[in-house]
Amino acid sequence: MGAEKQYIDLFAQSEELINVHSAPLLNEQRSEAMRHFAKMGFPDKKSERYRYTDVEQLFAPDYGLNLKQLDVDANPYEAFKCDVPNMSTALYFIVNDSFYETNKVSAELPEGVLVGGLKDIAEKHPEILKKYYAQLADVSKDPVTAFNTAFAQDGFCIYVPKGVVLDKAIQLVSILRSTIDLIVNRRILIILEENAQARLLVCDHTTGTAQFLSTQVVEVFAADNAKLELYEIEETSRTNTRISNMYIHQAQNSSVHVNGMTLTNGTTRNTVDVQLVGRGAEVSLAGIAIEDTNQHVDNHTYINHKTTDCTSRELYKYVLNDFSTGAFTGRVVVSPGAQRTLSQQTNNNLCLSKNAKMYAQPQLEIYADDVKCGHGATTGQLDEAALFYMQQRGISQKEARMLLMFAFVNEVIDTISMEELKERLHYLIEKRFRGELNKCGSCSNCKLE
Amino acid sequence: MQEEFKGKNQLDVEQLTKEKYKYGFTTDVETDIIEKGLNEDVIRIISAKNEEPDWLLDFRLKAYRHWLTLEVPTWAHLRIPAIDYQGLSYYADPRAKKDGPTSLDEVDPELLKTFNKLGIPLEEQMALSGIAVDAVMDSVSVKTTFKDTLLEKGIIFCSFSDAVKDHPDLVRKYMGSVVGYRDNFYATLNSAVFSDGSFVYIPKGVRCPMALSTYFRINAINTGQFERTLIVAEDDSYVSYLEGCTAPSRDENQLHAAIVEIIVNKNAEVKYSTVQNWYPGDENGKGGVYNFVTKRGLCKGDNSKLSWTQVETGSAITWKYPSCILRGDDSQAEFYSVAVTNNYQQADTGTKMIHLGKNTKSTIISKGISAGRSENSYRGLVKVSANADGARNYSQCDSLLMGDKCGAHTFPYMDIHNDTAVVEHEATTSKISEDQLFYCNQRGISTEEAVGLIVNGYAKEVINKLPMEFAVEAQKLLSISLEGSVG
Repeated sequence: MGAEKQYIDLFAQSEELINVHSAPLLNEQRSEAMRHFAKMGFPDKKSERYRYTDVEQLFAPDYGLNLKQLDVDANPYEAFKCDVPNMSTALYFIVNDSFYETNKVSAELPEGVLVGGLKDIAEKHPEILKKYYAQLADVSKDPVTAFNTAFAQDGFCIYVPKGVVLDKAIQLVSILRSTIDLIVNRRILIILEENAQARLLVCDHTTGTAQFLSTQVVEVFAADNAKLELYEIEETSRTNTRISNMYIHQAQNSSVHVNGMTLTNGTTRNTVDVQLVGRGAEVSLAGIAIEDTNQHVDNHTYINHKTTDCTSRELYKYVLNDFSTGAFTGRVVVSPGAQRTLSQQTNNNLCLSKNAKMYAQPQLEIYADDVKCGHGATTGQLDEAALFYMQQRGISQKEARMLLMFAFVNEVIDTISMEELKERLHYLIEKRFRGELNKCGSCSNCKLE
Repeated sequence: MQEEFKGKNQLDVEQLTKEKYKYGFTTDVETDIIEKGLNEDVIRIISAKNEEPDWLLDFRLKAYRHWLTLEVPTWAHLRIPAIDYQGLSYYADPRAKKDGPTSLDEVDPELLKTFNKLGIPLEEQMALSGIAVDAVMDSVSVKTTFKDTLLEKGIIFCSFSDAVKDHPDLVRKYMGSVVGYRDNFYATLNSAVFSDGSFVYIPKGVRCPMALSTYFRINAINTGQFERTLIVAEDDSYVSYLEGCTAPSRDENQLHAAIVEIIVNKNAEVKYSTVQNWYPGDENGKGGVYNFVTKRGLCKGDNSKLSWTQVETGSAITWKYPSCILRGDDSQAEFYSVAVTNNYQQADTGTKMIHLGKNTKSTIISKGISAGRSENSYRGLVKVSANADGARNYSQCDSLLMGDKCGAHTFPYMDIHNDTAVVEHEATTSKISEDQLFYCNQRGISTEEAVGLIVNGYAKEVINKLPMEFAVEAQKLLSISLEGSVG
C-alpha cells in the first residue's frame, strides 16, 4: 500500500469535478468502484493475477489527471493519418481520454447504429447503455478496473442494433498527447444485438516526450449470432504504460475474434476475460508482441466456458530481444456441465537475447468430462538449420533471421480476415523488425521524428 | 516376466474393482504417544527420545520459531480444512516401551503381521526380490533389513535416528542443504518435529546392488507422521530407491508432512520411485490422509542424474512437488507421474525443474486421472536461469476425465531467462472415448475391465519407469482407485 493513497485522496477531493465533466450513467458507478479500489489497493507482484507486472510500482510516479477534460490543441486529423491504405474505414479519434468531437461526418452509418463518444451517447441514450455499462467489468475483482470505473469520464461506444451488419470497418485512433506526465482512463463499450456484425480496429499512439499511463476498460456484449472482429495495434513509446482490461460476454452462436498486436511500447498489460454463456459461442484470441530494449508485454487471458458446445482458440507469439520481458497467462476454465467443449491454446516464444525473459503460464481448469482441451507452449530460438540453409543460398544472416522471425509471427497475422489490414501489418512488422520503429510514413507525426 | 504379471493383473481387475481400501486395518500394538500439542517442550521431548545431539535440537527449535511466523499456504487448487496443529500428537512410537528390538525375534509379532499384510515381508521374501527395506511405522523406523549386506559395500542405509547417532557428520553436512528449514510451511513444521525416516549414503563409485525401499505407515490415531529422508550419492554412484505408504481407515484426518532431500554428485544417478497409497477417505470424503510433502533433489555434480517416478493413488489431499535443481553442467532430471483421484480426493501435484547449469536437460511426463467428485491439478515450474546455456525441457501433461463432476487442471509455469533454452510444454485433457469403450465391449470385454485396460495403457509411459515389483502394485492400485467410477 502506498501508491493508491494519492488517488483515493484525489477522488475524495474532486468527485464533483469528475462528475461535471462526464455523464450520469458513468457517475453512478464511481463511488462504489472507489470503495472497492480503496479496499483492494493496487496489486503487487504477490498477486497471482498480476504476478508479472508490478502495477503498484507503475502507479507510483507523480502523474497528472485531466479531470476537467480540457481540449488538447491539436487536430488529430492533421496529425495522424495512420489509416490503412486501400481500406475505407469509418475513422474516429480519442485524444487522451476524451472523444474528439468534430463536425466532419466520418461515415454514413446504417440507421439505429450508434458510434461515437461514450459520454455523449450515454447522455443521449441512457436507456440503451444502462443495461450494459459496468455490468461486465466487475469492480470488486480487479483493482485496475475499479480505478478506471472511478475515474473514467469518456471513451468510445459502438451500438449495433438487431440484424445490422456494418460493412465498413470502424477505426479508432487513440492518441496520447500532452506536455506533462499524464494518467488517462479510457472506457470502450461495444454492444452487438442479435445477428449484428461489426469490425473494429483500434490503434494506440503517443506523441511527445511526456510519460503516459493509460488504463482502459473494454466491455463487449455479443448477443445471439452476433459477430465481432476486434483488432488492437499498439505503437506507443518506450515510456508509455498501458493497462487494458477487456471483458467479453458471448451469447448463443456468437463469434468474437480479438487480435492484439504490440509492436512498440513501454510496459503493456492486456487482460482479456471471456465469458461464453450461450451454447455454440466461439471465441478466438490472438496476439503478437515484438519487443526489444526493456519493453514489457504481459498478456493475461481468461476464457470461461460456462455452457455446452462452445469453442475457444488462442494463439500468442512473442519475439523477445535485448532486455525485454514477455509474459503470457492463458487460463481456460470449463465449468461443470459445459460438455462438448473444444479449447485449443498455443503460445510460442522466440528468445533472441541472453537477457530477455519469458514467463509462460498456460492453465486449464476443467470440470466437465466430454471435452477436448489442449495447450502447447514453447520457448526457443530461430532454427539454426533453416538459417544455415538460407545462408547457403546467398541470403545474408541478418536477412535470413528477419525472414524467419517474420514467418514466425505471420501465423498470427493470418488469423485476420481483412486483407488490407494484413498487408498493412506485414509492412509495419517488417519495418519493426528492421528497426525502423513506428514511422508509418504517411502522417506528419511520423515524418517529424 | 513383466508381461506375465500384467496378464494376471488384468484378470484380477474385476475382482479388484470391488475391493475397498484393503490396507485400512489398524494394528493393536502398544504405542508410546506423547501428549497432544506443539510447543518447544514437545520438541525437546522428541529430541530427547531420539537422544539427539544439541545441534539437532537447535535446528529443530530454529525451525519451530520460524514456523510460528508462517502462514498456511493457500495458493494450491485445494480446499484444505483448517488443521488444528495443537490437536495432534507429534510422536508415536509403536515399539513396546522397553528397549528397541535387536533381532527380528524381538519385534512385536503384531507389527510383523502388519507388514506381512501390507505385503512387505521383512525377511526371505525380500531376499528373493532383492530389496532392502526400512519400514517406518508412525514415527519410528521399525527395522532395516539387509543392513549388513549393504555395509560391506560401504553403503549406509539406516533409520534417520540411527544415522544421527552413527554418522552425525554426514547428516549434519547434508541435512537441510536442499530443503532448508525456512523452505515452506510444512517443511518448516517437519524440520521442527520430524521423528524418524531413512538415511542413505552411497560412497564414491559404488553401484547399489539392490533397490532400497522404505515403507511408511501411519497406525496410531490422532498423530501426524513427519519423516525425513536424506539420500546422498557420491561421485559415480547409483541407487534406486522405492517408497511406499499406507494408513488405516479412520474417520479423522491424518497429517503426513515429510521431507525428502537428495544430493546427487558428479556422474551419479539416483532413481526415486514412490507408490503413494495413503488412506484416501471413504466414498463420502470422510477421513483420509493429508499428504503435504516437500521432495527436492539437487543435481550437484556435473553429469549427474535424478529421476522421480510417482504413482499417487491415495490421500484425501495431496500437496506434493518433487523437484530438481540442476546445478551441475550436463545434469539431467526426469519426473514421471501418475496421479489418480476418485470420490472426494484432491491432488495438487507436479514438479519444479530449476536449470542452473549448462546443457541441463529435464523431462516431465504427468498423467492425471480424475473420477467421482475429485479435483486433480498438475502444477509445475520450469525455470531456466540466465547462465543455464543450452538448457532443454520437454513437458507433457495429460489429463483423463471420468465423470462430469470431477475436475482436471493444469497450471504450468515457464520462466525462461536464457536465449539458448528450448522449452516445450504440451497439455491435453479429454475423456475415455466412446469408440475405445465400444471397441472393447464388442470384443467381450466389460466396460469396467475396458476402463482398467485403457487407464493402464494411458499410464504405461510412467509405470514402465517403475521397478517391476512396484509396477505390478501400481497397476493394481490404479484399477482399485477407480472402482465404481464408470457408468
